[in-house]
Amino acid sequence: MAHDVIVIGGGPAGLSAAVNVRARGRSVLVVSNPLEENPLWRAEKVDNYLGLPGMSGAELLKTLRAHAEQAGAEFREGRVLNAVAMETDWFVSIGSDMENAKAVVLAGGVARAKKFPGEAEYLGKGVSYCATCDGMLYRKKPVAVVGYSDSAKKEAEFLTSIGCTVTYFDRPKTCEIIGGAKAERVVCDGQAADVACVFLLRPALAPTDMFPGIEVENGYVKVDRAMATSLPGVFAAGDCTGGPLQVSKAAGEGLVAGQSAAKYVADLARKK
Amino acid sequence: MALQHLTEDTFDTAVNAAPLAMVDFWATWCGPCKMMGPIVEKLAGEYDGKALVAKVDTDEEADLAEKFDISTIPTLVFLKNGAEFDRKIGVTPEAALREVLDANL
Repeated sequence: MAHDVIVIGGGPAGLSAAVNVRARGRSVLVVSNPLEENPLWRAEKVDNYLGLPGMSGAELLKTLRAHAEQAGAEFREGRVLNAVAMETDWFVSIGSDMENAKAVVLAGGVARAKKFPGEAEYLGKGVSYCATCDGMLYRKKPVAVVGYSDSAKKEAEFLTSIGCTVTYFDRPKTCEIIGGAKAERVVCDGQAADVACVFLLRPALAPTDMFPGIEVENGYVKVDRAMATSLPGVFAAGDCTGGPLQVSKAAGEGLVAGQSAAKYVADLARKK
Repeated sequence: MALQHLTEDTFDTAVNAAPLAMVDFWATWCGPCKMMGPIVEKLAGEYDGKALVAKVDTDEEADLAEKFDISTIPTLVFLKNGAEFDRKIGVTPEAALREVLDANL
């Protein structure tokens, strides 16, 4: 289904962007992991969010989410894998499905993990970020799932259900992928498995993996004062644009990005 | 020629006869593949008469996928008279596909 704006990420930056897109009369879809998987959920107390001292991270997230729902934002659970532009639309893939919009706000938080040795080298050659996409190619074969969320466990169950033999690594600190022309073996925290494919399932993909060609600076998405990225129609807000990694900063940037995205959509409509 | 859907039976004949071909290995369960769909369709129309643009459903045609050693989808394979000379793995922007096609027309 077509939307005016797709927001990737359901934390403070994404929810603030969604509220502000709705305030400008545009439709918005927020794609995110379950609220409980947001890193803020585990914060015992947030004391520097103006006007609401002493709230727990979970309370704050639920309050922000309720506000965005009230404003008329739509929600969809899932992990965004890729985005690609065609003419004046952005297509965004979510698991086995896709959605499209005129503009995108990237608010997926910090992709915390660095790439593992062998990961980039074997991506597409026995390393995959999407079990629902590539799983079927490995039916009846041994695979490994390196999982960093509860959703990853569900994807591992899916792989088992279609006939893969799954070795599951739960939140390992270090992994290395080894092979020849293709990945053949993965070693995580000293434990090895010989596999045909390694599914690396982190909570969020790195912005450069989601948006090929997006400019980054010191590992963060490069934005201007309007929160515009180097790609037309793509805006970014929150932790993915750099520190301080704080709720107030994320909400403020979300507001700017949401308004900029709504303006971008309005300008496009005017040009037609 | 509009977009062609190739099978094990039709693949060799179609691809061997084409001076230039781009084949999209995809599947219905794959979101990134669905995203590439409109782009591949558009290119099929635009390169009509100049290049063969085709799709192979890896679920229906598992042997073809195996023959081309497809380990992730979408994978776009470029061939000249049936011989592969390039491939793009994963979601690839339209401009990058166009670049390969234009350089080999």
